[in-house]
Parts: sequence; structure tokens; C-alpha cells
Amino acid sequence: MAINREYAGRSFAPSEPYEVSRIKIADFADAIGDPSPIYRDRAAAQAAGHPDVIAPPTFAIVISMAGSGAAIGDPGLGINYAMVVHGEQRFEYTRPIVAGDVVTAQATITDIRDAGRNVMVTTSTQIRTIAGELVCTALSTLVERGGAGA
Amino acid sequence: MSEQISYADVEAGAELPQASYPVTRLSLVKYCGASGDFNFIHWNERIAKSVGLPDVIAHGMFTMAQAGRYVTDWAGPSAVVTEFGVRFSSMVVVPDDDRGALIEVSGQVEEKLDGHRVALALTARSADTKVLTRARAVVQLP
Repeated sequence: MAINREYAGRSFAPSEPYEVSRIKIADFADAIGDPSPIYRDRAAAQAAGHPDVIAPPTFAIVISMAGSGAAIGDPGLGINYAMVVHGEQRFEYTRPIVAGDVVTAQATITDIRDAGRNVMVTTSTQIRTIAGELVCTALSTLVERGGAGA
Repeated sequence: MSEQISYADVEAGAELPQASYPVTRLSLVKYCGASGDFNFIHWNERIAKSVGLPDVIAHGMFTMAQAGRYVTDWAGPSAVVTEFGVRFSSMVVVPDDDRGALIEVSGQVEEKLDGHRVALALTARSADTKVLTRARAVVQLP
């Protein structure tokens, strides 16, 4: 099934509120092999000038995927997930994600274009606190290999 | 904890010491769980090969996370990352053995910006192939 180009420009509903926990941040830091105490120990994080335990920069993907998943997983878009690889990723941060933040992620498909036999789908996802503060914007380009030949 | 670097100590053009980060099948399984990205190509060799890949490949975000760790290790615990972007130029293939693969990251201070910010240009390689290109981070230092 080919990707539906009419999805370019479409915005999706924000994800359900997600509460960032210290445990989840520590699990993520373990999984990427980063032993820094600012991801685990509130006192160490505060000694370094942070309000609480902060998340590693790429933790933002965990939250942004909840928003961009609504776009990429939309059956009407018709993406074949087994053929998908990550093309580009960019984050713009207003501040670090901090334990205790309650955030949502809201995605827009900003571009769908062919690159040879592949199709590239770009999403822009805003991570905001439930009070509306913009914490991070995540720009992702996913590549469906062979998608242009479908 | 790594030492804290200050904006005043940074020189444009300075090379950062290279670092290597291992990635094994276990790393990927852990990353699947922590990230919620359970795409089969990151843990199932049979399916990875059936869709034309050489073997199981690392999540692009796992590789990006190693580059992020490289940045924050250099910048110190009080630094704040304000921008971070990469292009995934090649896959990190992770064989089913005890050694796995290595991700080698190097970097350079691209420029000093206003607001105590520093732009870093990064490169990541695995098996002699560039796996990240156009990789750039901006960090705010004390």
C-alpha cells in the first residue's frame, strides 16, 4: 500500500498527559548506558543547578513518539512500519525535561516526499506541559524503504 | 560525575577527545523497553533479514543517545542542551555475539555563540562507516 500524500500538512490530536517520573528517567539512562547522577539523584541534579532530576536530551523521543505515533500509526497514512528506518532527528529545547513534568505531545506531518525509491515522512511534534509551556520541539524524518515503488 | 566546563574555557575550533560506546543485542533489548520502540528490526534477526537488512540494526535513537552522552559528558552536569540534531547516514549493524558493535564519537567546537552557548559539530562512526552526519549540538554552559 502506498503512502497517502494527502496527509502532508495534517495535524493530530495531542497525546494523553504523560507524567515524567524519576524511575523512568533512570531506566532510560540505564538503557543508553549513561551513569550520570543528574539522571538519578535529586540532590546531585540540584547541586548542578537543576530543579530536580533531569532527563537525558534524547529522552524527549519517548514523549514525542506518543504524539508522532498518532500520525505515523494512522492507518490512513499507510506506512509499512517494518520498512521504516530513521532518517533525521532534531530537537529544539526550551529547557530540559524534569522529573515531575506532566506533558503532552502534538504532532503535525510537515512533509511527505520521494527520495529515489524511498518515501520520507517528516513530523514536527511539540512537547508542552499541561499548563501550555513549550518544553521541546522534535522534528523527525522517517524513511520507508522502497515506499516510492509501491 | 564529569567535571564542569565553563564558557570562558572553551575555544572555537578545539577538538574534543574521541570516545567509544559499545552496543550489543542486550543494549538494544533494553533500549526497546526504555523507549517503547519495539520495531522488530531492532531485536529479531529473522524479520530484519526478511525486510532486506544485513542483520539486526541499532535504533537510530540509540546511536543519537550515545552522541548526546558524548556532548553532556564533555559539557558537564550544569550544562543544558538547547539544540541537538543528526542525520542517520548509515545503519549500526549489531551481530549476535558477545562483542556487538562500537559507536565511535568525535567532535569539535564549531563556534561560540551568545548567551554562553557553544555549538559542537559531531561525527559518529561504526565499523569504519559514518553513521551520523550533519550532527550538531548547542549547549549552554555556566
